[in-house]
Amino acid sequence: MIEFQLDPASGVATYLQLVQQVHQGLRLGVLEPGEQLPTAQQVVGKLAINPNTVLKAYRDLEREGLVRARPGMGTFVVQTLPGRDEVALARFLSQMTKLLHAARAAGLGHDDIEAIYRTATRNAFAEGVA
Amino acid sequence: MTVVLETGGLGKQYGRRWALHDCTLSIPAEKVVGLVGPNGAGKTTLLHLAVGLLSPTTGTITVLGDAPASGRTQLGKIGFVAQDTPTYARLSITQHLHMGAWLNPNWDSELAAQRVDQLGLDPKQRAGSLSGGQRAQLALTLAIAKQPELLLLDEPVASLDPLARREFLQSLMEVVAEHGVSVVLSSHLVSDLERVCDYLIVLDASHVQLAGEVSELLASHHRLSGPRRDPATLPPTQHVIEQSHTDKQSTLLVRTDEPIHDPAWNVTPVTLEDLVLAYMSQSRDNQAVGRSTLGLVP
Amino acid sequence: MIRFAALQFRNQAAVAFGALAVVAIVLAVTGPHLVNLYDTTVLTCGVHHDCSAATTALTDTDGPIQVFLAFLLLAVPALIGMFWGAPLVAHEFEAGTFRLAWTQGVTRTGWLAVKLGVGALASVVVTGLLSLMVTWWSSPIDTVSANHFDPLLFGARDLTPVGYAAFAFVLGACAGLVIRRTVPAMFTALAGFVAVRYVVNSWVRPHLMAPLHRYLVINASSPLNMGETPAGFQVTATTRGVLPGDWVYSNQIVDKAGHAPTTAFLDRACPLGHASAQVNAQTCATNLAAKFHLLVTYQPASRYWDLQWYETAVFFGVAAILAGLCFLWIPRPS
Repeated sequence: MIEFQLDPASGVATYLQLVQQVHQGLRLGVLEPGEQLPTAQQVVGKLAINPNTVLKAYRDLEREGLVRARPGMGTFVVQTLPGRDEVALARFLSQMTKLLHAARAAGLGHDDIEAIYRTATRNAFAEGVA
Repeated sequence: MTVVLETGGLGKQYGRRWALHDCTLSIPAEKVVGLVGPNGAGKTTLLHLAVGLLSPTTGTITVLGDAPASGRTQLGKIGFVAQDTPTYARLSITQHLHMGAWLNPNWDSELAAQRVDQLGLDPKQRAGSLSGGQRAQLALTLAIAKQPELLLLDEPVASLDPLARREFLQSLMEVVAEHGVSVVLSSHLVSDLERVCDYLIVLDASHVQLAGEVSELLASHHRLSGPRRDPATLPPTQHVIEQSHTDKQSTLLVRTDEPIHDPAWNVTPVTLEDLVLAYMSQSRDNQAVGRSTLGLVP
Repeated sequence: MIRFAALQFRNQAAVAFGALAVVAIVLAVTGPHLVNLYDTTVLTCGVHHDCSAATTALTDTDGPIQVFLAFLLLAVPALIGMFWGAPLVAHEFEAGTFRLAWTQGVTRTGWLAVKLGVGALASVVVTGLLSLMVTWWSSPIDTVSANHFDPLLFGARDLTPVGYAAFAFVLGACAGLVIRRTVPAMFTALAGFVAVRYVVNSWVRPHLMAPLHRYLVINASSPLNMGETPAGFQVTATTRGVLPGDWVYSNQIVDKAGHAPTTAFLDRACPLGHASAQVNAQTCATNLAAKFHLLVTYQPASRYWDLQWYETAVFFGVAAILAGLCFLWIPRPS
């Protein structure tokens, strides 16, 4: 069974961290369809977080179609993540690598590149806060 | 949605000093409520009013629909752990459980025995020789085995070491997950409560400074940083809670339900701790203003 | 709540019953000897003409135990008030456990009522047993001394200690409730108990029942005191030897109208002319007897049990009133 971790300093909402860890588990093959997710009671007994957080995460996952709650039995993985587009991933990786080489050649250090990456990521995924 | 604790203009006065003043709250059920504030802010007063250990000077308070401590039934529906977790030092754990069974209508002896077992406590040990963390767990067991609808905990982890603190909160959250009980727990450190509460009340200087669901509070408060700006020039829908300025830069903590369109601002989310500190410092500023209008030195 | 109150009380009860057992053993061992002595020497003293010697021998037996028992019955109710009553509620305030007790499924009134009830019952039982044992042990001596109304003895026999104990317990508990600290409550209970006992002893007990009056003839064996006082020559009657076994309040020399003899009359009737004091006394008595007699105010011995019941009732009544005040005082939720 998957064991959740919590990074309180990451700035990411707790329920999102749980969702992301389930995604990660599915991606890495740690979680497979048919497997049971820990109950809210088990999760909070270890992480000391509000049970509603766990329930919210599981509801989100259920809405994504990845898990289903069976009353009286628990929450089970029903489907793995949609297939990864390996071609797109490879293309993006090579583009990214070229960009990074260029940045380094221009004299940018690790922290500059990190800051630029974060700003670009945030802008690309921003919702509603302009 | 049902309301577990409702107050209207609640106040408690001692001589000239108001320990709690003009407190109006409506706490929904099935939440873990964090009651935060510095020492002397009125947290213990509010909790003691809720369990009937104090009676109000003004205003009203109802708990689970009834006046506090209004009879055996109502007392049996509320679990309370006072500050410093009082226990009978010369009675053993088993004898405390007997007390619970004899004095409470809805006592679940199996649950109590199970918890004591799970916690690794020796039932024959006297409460006086337990560690702080163990006493806190015993007090929590006594409160939980009553099968209450509402748990009120006054600074339950304040004097516990980090491990005992974590274990207590783990225990408490397991109980919430299993039984769906509403919880109000107070602390003077928001870091104790951040992980567990989904409803926040900030008390400072005997007044309620902030109250609401954590998710809504976090969504409606933002930190804005950008070039120096007079807060009066902000749109009226943005309420400034806290501000600091250098000669070139302003940082504001604002509350707003509208999106922030001004591109000059760098908008970052706030943490619960930021929120609590901002509202507490706002309260101090208000007090200082109040004092200076009275002609007192701020 | 009854079971819990008993649980909280178990240590104090154990100490009390342990001490009681020790006292019981001591009295059981030494008691029969007194009964035996009474049966063999005092009952038959008329035959041997040594009554005075026999009674003195009996009343002098086991002197230290007698003193100890008198002290015990004086002290036990006070100790109950201090060590059972005062901590009953005060300790809960000091330890903060009232915040645990008052948030359980019992009302505050019920909580106090049971704690008071259990403790008062224990106080009554322990003191009752003690009094029973001491009264039994002392009965040969008491029969011989026949001074049941002696201030030290009346409150150390039969019923009265039970009333004292109940009162002391409730007094201690109320002091603890009001003061909220055990040690000051203990001293308040002690002081209050001593004060009330003194007041009842001196001013209430004599008025529990209206005393009777009797006239006695003045003769040579009347207990008269003659002497010079700052107010002039006085002749007064003492209560020594008057109506033995009864509780004599006072003994006065009065005429048929109720007036005392004037100084002038006394100067004439009781000159101290003769060398022998006995002759002077005889003369005085004879002269007084012509116009005066002795007015004795007293309670007869037959009223002993009535007075025991009345005094015990007074203390139970005060205890009940105090308990009522306790219930009014206890802070109620709104």
